Amino acid sequence: MTTNQIMFILFSAMIIVFSILTVTSQKILRAAVYLLFVLVSTAGLYFMLNFQFLAAVQLTLYAGGIVVLIIFSILLTSHIDHKFESLGWKKSLFSALAVISGAILSIVTILDYKFSATTEAAKEIDMRLIGNSLLSVEKDGYVLPFEVISILLLAAMIAAIVIAKKGAPKKLESQTLKQ
Amino acid sequence: MEIQQSMINFSYTAWIPLIPFLIFILLGLAGNKLKPRLSGLIGTSGLAVITVLSYVTAWLYFFEGGKVGDTYQKITAINTTWLQFTENLHVDLGVLLDPISVMMLIVITTVSLMVHIYSLGYMKGEKGFERFFAFLSLFSFSMLGLVLATNIFQMYIFWELVGVSSYLLIGFYYQRPSAVRAAKKAFIVTRFADLGFLIGILLLSFNTKTFDFITLTSTDGPAIAGSGGITFMGLSVITWSMIFVYMGGVGKSAMFPFHIWLPDAMEGPTPVSALIHAATMVVAGVYLVARMFPIYVFAAPAALEVVSYVGAFSSLFAAVIACTQTDIKRVLAYSTMSQIGYMMFALGVSGYGGHEGLGFMASMFHLFTHSMFKALLFLGAGAIIHSVHSNYMTDMGGLRKYLPITHITFLIACLTIAGIPPLSGFFSKDEILAAAFHHNKILFAVEYAVAGITAFYMFRLYFNIFWGEERHYHHTPHEAPATMTIPLIILAIGAAFSGLIPFNEFVTSDGKAFETEIEWIVAVPSVLIALAGITAAFVLYSKKSLVPDRLAATFKYAYKWSYNKFYIDELYLFVTKKIIFRYISEPVAWFDRHIVDATMNSIATVTQFASFRIRRFQSGQLQKYAFVFVTGIVLLALIFIYLWK
Amino acid sequence: MNAGIPLNYFLILATIMFFVGVYGFLTRRNLITILMSVELILNSVNINFLAFNRYLFPHKLEGLFFSLFVIAVAASEAAVAIAIIINIYRRFTTINVEDVNVMKF
Repeated sequence: MTTNQIMFILFSAMIIVFSILTVTSQKILRAAVYLLFVLVSTAGLYFMLNFQFLAAVQLTLYAGGIVVLIIFSILLTSHIDHKFESLGWKKSLFSALAVISGAILSIVTILDYKFSATTEAAKEIDMRLIGNSLLSVEKDGYVLPFEVISILLLAAMIAAIVIAKKGAPKKLESQTLKQ
Repeated sequence: MEIQQSMINFSYTAWIPLIPFLIFILLGLAGNKLKPRLSGLIGTSGLAVITVLSYVTAWLYFFEGGKVGDTYQKITAINTTWLQFTENLHVDLGVLLDPISVMMLIVITTVSLMVHIYSLGYMKGEKGFERFFAFLSLFSFSMLGLVLATNIFQMYIFWELVGVSSYLLIGFYYQRPSAVRAAKKAFIVTRFADLGFLIGILLLSFNTKTFDFITLTSTDGPAIAGSGGITFMGLSVITWSMIFVYMGGVGKSAMFPFHIWLPDAMEGPTPVSALIHAATMVVAGVYLVARMFPIYVFAAPAALEVVSYVGAFSSLFAAVIACTQTDIKRVLAYSTMSQIGYMMFALGVSGYGGHEGLGFMASMFHLFTHSMFKALLFLGAGAIIHSVHSNYMTDMGGLRKYLPITHITFLIACLTIAGIPPLSGFFSKDEILAAAFHHNKILFAVEYAVAGITAFYMFRLYFNIFWGEERHYHHTPHEAPATMTIPLIILAIGAAFSGLIPFNEFVTSDGKAFETEIEWIVAVPSVLIALAGITAAFVLYSKKSLVPDRLAATFKYAYKWSYNKFYIDELYLFVTKKIIFRYISEPVAWFDRHIVDATMNSIATVTQFASFRIRRFQSGQLQKYAFVFVTGIVLLALIFIYLWK
Repeated sequence: MNAGIPLNYFLILATIMFFVGVYGFLTRRNLITILMSVELILNSVNINFLAFNRYLFPHKLEGLFFSLFVIAVAASEAAVAIAIIINIYRRFTTINVEDVNVMKF
C-alpha cells in the first residue's frame, strides 16, 4: 500500500470516528474537542488533495476560530460538567432510520454513476494564481463573490454585535410638551 | 262588442283612482304632523272630488257617449304597459269603462264618501285618526283600481292590495289581540283563496295567450271560440281555469267554505265594516264573475253551475246562523254573506243576451241596492253602539225613544232588505227570484225560503234593539252627532228610491237594453213570505216574552249548531292544528333542523376537528421540522431517481 | 498523486460525514451541539467539492473558490448563530431546543 492510501485510511477513520463521537457524546465540551479533531483531520485531507492554501484556511478559521467561539459560548451558557438526560429513544430511532436510509440511497446513487475524468493536464496552484483569480474581472475572475463575501462578513459582524448586546437602557419618561 | 274610440276623451278617469292614492301617501307620511281635523278633511274632500268625477263619468257614459248603436261599448280610456317580460307577456295598467265598471264607480265613491263623513264623527278623538283616513284612502284606491282594471293581472294586483287594506283596517286597533288575530285570519284565508285565483289566471292566460279583458271576453276571441281541445276529467281546461278563478272570488266574497273570516272581521271599527265588509270589498268576487261572464256562459257552463250552487248554499247557511247570533254586527255580517250568495246565485242562473241575461242584470242591480242599504245598516249599528257602548242585543232594548233618526233609517233599511215594495230591495230581489224561477226550480225554492228567513232575522234584530224591554243604561243614550246622521239620511234616500232606476236599460249582459216587467207569479209570494217573517219576529220579540227561549230549548240541537256557526271554525282549526301541523309541518321542521342544519353544522365540526388534529404539526420543535424535511428529501430523491421511469 | 484512491472513496466519506451531521442535528438537545452538527455538514460538502475539483476538473479552480466561500459563510453564520443562542439563553435561561417552542399553535 502506498503512503497515500495509508494516510487516507488514517484520516478518514479519524473523521468518521470523531464525527460520530461528536454527535453522540454526553458532555458538551468533549463534543467540541472531538469537533476540533474532525476539522484538523479534514485539513489533513485537504493537504492530501494538494490544496495547501485551503487547508491552511481551514485550520486557521475553523479550528482556530469557530471551535474557540463554540467553546466560548458553551462556557457562557451552561456548566461544563453538566450531564445530559438521556435522549428520547424514539427520536434517536426515527432519526437513525431516516439518516441511514438517506445514506444508503446516496451511496448507491454514487456507486452507480460513472464519473468521466477529463484528459487535460492539472494546473499548478500557487498563491499568485489564487490571488490573481480572486481579484480578476475576466472570465475566470472571482471579484464579485469576493466583494459580496466582504459585505456579508460586515453584516454578520454588525448582526452579531446588535443581537448579542444587552438591551438598551430604559428611556427616561419623556416630558410632554404642554402647549 | 267592438272596441271603438269614443268621441269623448275619458282619459281623465285615470285621476279617479290616483287621487286617493296621493292622499294615502300624503296622510301616511305627514299625517301625524297635521292636526287630526285637517287630515280628516283632506281625506274627505279628496273623496268628494272623485265622487263628483265619477258621477260626471257616469252621466257622460250612460247618456252621452257610451253607446254605439244600441250597445254600450267597452271603452279603454287608458292603457300603459307597466312590466314587459317578453313580447307577448306584459302587464298593463289602465282604465276600462263599461256598464258594470261605471256602476261600481258610483257605488264605491258614494259609499266611501258617506263613510268618510261618518268617520269624522265616529272616530273623533281616537288615537290614529290620521292613520285611519290614510288607510281608507288606500282602500278606495285599491278598490277603484280593481274595478277599472283592463286586464286580469291588473285586477289581481289590486285584488291583493284590497286584501292588504282590509288587513290594515281590521287590525286598526292593533293593541287588541282579538283584532290582530282577526286581521291575520282574514288575510290568510283570502290569500289562500287567491292562490286558486292565480292558478286560474295562469291556466287561462297560458291557453289564450293574453291577459286583456276585452280580448278574453269577446265572443270570437281565443277564450271562447278557440277553447276546447284539452280536457281533464271531463271538463275543458277553460272550465278548470274558471273554477280556479272563482275560488278567488269565493275567498274574497266570503262564500262557503272560505267565509270564516267575515264574522271575525267585525273587530274593525264600524265604518270599516260598512265600507269594506258590506258594500265594496266583499262584492269583488261577484264583480269578478260578472267581468268574465261571457267566458263563463259560453266556454265554462259547468263552472257557472258551481257558482250558482255555492251562492245558494252560502245564502241559506248564513241565514240560518244569523237567526241565533246576539252580536248585532255579526248578524249584519252573516246577512251580508247571505245577500252576496243571492248575487252569486243570480249570476249562476243567468244566460247571455236580452231577456236570457236577466240574472246578470238582477245580480248587478242587487249589488247596487245592497251596497246602499247594507252600508246604512252598518252605519246605523255604529251609531247604536256609539250610544250604548256595547255590541250585544242583550244590552239593548227600547231605543226608539232615544235615537229617532237612527231608528227611522234603520227601519227603512230593514224593510228594504226584507223586500217590501216600493223600496229598492223588492225590485232587485224580485228580479233575482224571477230569473231563478225560469232556470232552476229547486234553487228557486231554496232562495225563496231564504227570503223569508232574511225578513225574520232582520226584524228580530230590529225589534230587539228598538222595541222590547228597556235595559239599565249607564247614561241616557243620545242621538249621534250630525256628521254621523247625515250620511244615514242620504243612504236611506238612496236605499228607498234606487229601485226606480231602470237597470235593464243600462247594465245588461251584452250591453243592449231589454224589456222587463214584474212577474206577479213571483212577486206576490215573495212579499207574502217577507210579511210572514216580519210578523213572526214581531210576535216573538217586540215585547218581552218567554217564547223565544222555549223555542230554543225545544229545538236544542238546531239552536246549538246555528249559534256555534255549525262548528266550521273548529273544523278548520282541527284540520290545521292536528293534521297539517302535526303530520306535515312538524316532520318537515324536524327534517330541517336535524338533517339540513346538522349537515351544515357537521361540516363545520369536521373542519374544526381536523384542524385540531393538524395543529400539532406546528409544534415549535425545530428538530421535528428538520426531521420532516430530511425524510421528505429522501423520499423525493427515491421517487425521482429510481421510481419515475 | 491520488492514483491509489478512487474518487468514490472520497465521496462515500463525505456522504457518511454528511449524514452523521444530519443525525446529530435531529437528535441533539443542546443548541450548540446542533450548531456543531451543522459545521460537520458544511465540512462534508467542502470535501465533496474539492474531491470533484481534483479528480474531474484539475485545470480549473471552481471547487477551491467555492469551498473558500463556504468556509467564509460558515464562519459568519456561526457567529450570528452564537449571538442568537446567547440571546435565547438570556430570555429562557435554557438552551434546550425542546424548551424554545414558543412559536407554535
